[in-house]
Order: sequence, then structure tokens, then C-alpha cells
Amino acid sequence: MSIWEYANPKKFNETTAPLVPWLFGAACLCLVVGLVWGFFGTPDAERFESTVKIIYLHVPSAMMAINAWAMMLVASLIWLIRRHHVSALAARAAAPVGLTMTLIALLTGAIWGQPMWGTWWAWDPRLTSFLILFLFYLGYMALWEAIDDPDTAADLTSVLCMVGSVFAILSRYAVNFWNQGLHQGASLSLDAEENVADVFWVPLLVCIAGFVLLFLALVLMRTRTEIAARRIRALEARARAVEARA
Amino acid sequence: MRDLRLAIRAGGGFGLGLAFFLIVVVLVPFGVGPEREVLARIAPGILWVAALLAALLSLDRLFALDWEDGSLPLLATAPLPLEGVALAKAGAHWVTTGLPLTLAAPALGVLLNLPGPAFGPLTLSLALGTPALSAIGAFGAALTVGLRRGGLLLSLLVLPLYVPVLIFGAEAARRAAEGLPYATPVLMLAGLALGSLALMPFAAAVALRVNLR
Amino acid sequence: MMPDLGRYAAEVLWSYAGGLGLLAVLVGLSVRRARKVAARLAEAERRHAR
Repeated sequence: MSIWEYANPKKFNETTAPLVPWLFGAACLCLVVGLVWGFFGTPDAERFESTVKIIYLHVPSAMMAINAWAMMLVASLIWLIRRHHVSALAARAAAPVGLTMTLIALLTGAIWGQPMWGTWWAWDPRLTSFLILFLFYLGYMALWEAIDDPDTAADLTSVLCMVGSVFAILSRYAVNFWNQGLHQGASLSLDAEENVADVFWVPLLVCIAGFVLLFLALVLMRTRTEIAARRIRALEARARAVEARA
Repeated sequence: MRDLRLAIRAGGGFGLGLAFFLIVVVLVPFGVGPEREVLARIAPGILWVAALLAALLSLDRLFALDWEDGSLPLLATAPLPLEGVALAKAGAHWVTTGLPLTLAAPALGVLLNLPGPAFGPLTLSLALGTPALSAIGAFGAALTVGLRRGGLLLSLLVLPLYVPVLIFGAEAARRAAEGLPYATPVLMLAGLALGSLALMPFAAAVALRVNLR
Repeated sequence: MMPDLGRYAAEVLWSYAGGLGLLAVLVGLSVRRARKVAARLAEAERRHAR
């Protein structure tokens, strides 16, 4: 019994089939509790007044935007090294989720920045890095779409994901060098004095849990969809081969 | 080396990239107005962005010609490893686009009223940065070589990868234009260029092998 | 029991609407595609089963 058993598409499908609804349920529960609590149950912050409520969407989505790319990187490495198709398909399935998370982070950040910084958009390092991350997601998905042969597509996107990771990190530091920003420092690091107060922290944690669960549920579901699509392809190819012989 | 010479002869991107560079630089004053101070302020950035786009222009032909006439599989079985082929191709691309762009940049800097102390650093940063652009571009070209309409996709893939090079390159020229010390961005740029030259041929070769399978 | 959002009510509400809207679109598209592909797979397996 090893973890690689789940690399078998059939086994993966059987295991995740009952899991997906539960994950969706748990994600919904966490999100509803966290967001309702955050929206109705927390006081306004001193400087930010009611806009502090936006962090319940902004911070979790920004975290997931980065974690989704990290997950794609790991999945790509597994595909390149052990050539498990499920892994490549999981990376493909995660990309649109990561893209949406990036978009949510950018959107909520822009709406928040308007009253707080007096502008929708500033060329602040973090904002800029997220915009670049957004472009990376777009390129990655476009490459998947463009290539017909599934194995070639998986290989090339995996290589792109690895190279992209290196350059994403480089861009992050280059952008830092280029412009010191307006952005708040880390608000969740455990050692910081400037940590957000507990009243905001607990519902924020619930929201983060909700986003993580939602991400898992979506990726599993989308991976199952990709497996099914791959199987359709295989069936049709086999049928064509049989016809050609007949 | 023969491959490099052939690529130069077949590339023919010499004039095209340069002309594109010239046109972009000429168009900018029409867009932002002819005030000399404004132009002087944005000149380093404009020159860098224009050079970057000009370098992008000829990338899709980097491997495409060899792909179409079927000589790429031959190159793959040649004694020279595919990594070397990718490096040679990147070098050829640099000689046909990066080098002329670097040499032409000071002349176009005059057009944009680039401040005097920035000419040297601008040329230096382009000389350091364009090899990195070619090396990264070779990887992008290797990814998209088998595709029918790879050009647009190529730019979508390669442009985000160009961000760090562009930042450090333009920053060096900008700091010099404002009379600030510019050693740090130049060193970072040199590091980026060396890193790209060392690593991107391997990534490009992996992508080429996948496409040749 | 709407809380008083003060002068930033519009911003807060818009970001919640936008963020949740995008999530809903993502979930909706994923579910729709899952259903469609599952149906197509069932169809294909029925057709090609021999």
C-alpha cells in the first residue's frame, strides 16, 4: 500500500468519488460560517473602518493563488519523474482555479485600495507580482489548449511550469527592487507584532480553511472530468482503429 | 558552428527587427507628445520595451525553418547535443537581433532625447540583457515549435518571463539617466543573463525532445 | 440585521459581490463541464461497449 496507488486513474476515481461532495459541503460550511461571521460579527477596524471585512475574501484567495501554482509545480514534477497521468491532469485542473483565485485577489484588492490608498491600482510590488502570476496562469492554460497530443501537452506544460516558477520568484524580487510598495506587511506571520487582532483572526482562519477545502474539491472534481475526457478520447480512438481494420 | 552560420544566413531577421525597433521608437513621440523633458524621462523604458518586442518578433522562426524542412530531427541525432543546438540557435538569434539592437539603441536614444550620462549604461544593459532575451526566447520557441499558429502563444508565454530582465535593464538605464549609481541593477542583470544562458538551453532541449518524439 | 458599514458600504458590498460572483462562476463552469463530460463518457462507453 503506497500513495502511488492513487496514481491509477481507476483507483483515483473510486477514492475521490465519495470525497468530492463531502469536500464541497465542508467548504461551503466553512465559507458560510467564516464569511457571515466576518461580515456580520466583527467590529470595524480603527483605520480601515468597514473595509476590513474585505480581508476575508482577499487574504484567502491570495494565498490559494500562490498555493495553486505550488501544487501545479509539485504535480508537474511528479508527472515528469514518475509519469502518472493523474498528476499531469491534476495540474491542468488546478490552473483555472488558481487563475480565478488570482483574479479575486486582484479585484478585491483593487476595490479595497480605492478608498484606502486613493487609487484602484498602484504599481506596488505585490500587486504587480500578482498581475504577473495572472499572466503565467494564462500562458500555462493557453499552452495546454494549443497542443493536441495529451502527453506532449503534459510534458511541455510541466517544463513551462518549472521554468515559470523560477521566473515568478525572480520577478517577485525584481519587482521589489523596482518599487517599494504601499502594501501592508505580512498580517498572518506568527512572530509579527503587527498581527491582526484576534477578533479578525479566527473568522479569517475559518475562511482560509473554506478556500482550501473549496480548492481541493474543485481540483478533484476537475481532475475527474479530465480523466473522463481522456477516457472518451481513448474509446473513440479505439473505435476508429477497429473501423479502419474492418 | 556551421549551424550558427547557417542560422544567420537563413534568419534574415537582421533588417526586420531593426526596422521594427526604429518604428516603435519613432511612434512613441506621436503618442506622448514632443516635449523633450517627457521624452527624456521615458526614453530608457521605451528603448528597452521596444528592443524586447523587436527581439520577440523573430523568435518564432528560430526553430520553425528547421522544423518545416525536417532538419531538426537530424540536428537532434547530430554529435552536438541538443542543448548545444539550442544554445547555438539562441546565439544566432542574438547576433541577428540583440547585437544590432544594442548598437542601434544609442542612435535612437538621440531621437528620444536620452540624457547624456545614460548612453553608456543603456548600451551596457542592452548588451547584457539581450543574450538573456534570446536564451529565454529559445525556450519559448522550442515549446511552440510544433504548433501551427504558435506566434501569438509564443508571445504570451515568453513575455511574462521577460519581466525580470526588463526591470533590471530599464532600471539600470533609468538610474543612470537620473545620475544615480547603477551598479546594482547591472550586476543583477548580468547574473540573470548568465543564469539564463546556462539553464535555458537545457529547458529548451527538453522541450525540443518532447516535440520531436 | 444588516451591520452599519459606514461610508465604505459600497466598496465592501462590491468586493463581496465580485469575489463570490467569481467563485460562483468557477464552481458553475466546473460543475457544468463535469456533468457534460460524464454524460459524454457514459454515451461513449455505451456505444463502444462490445
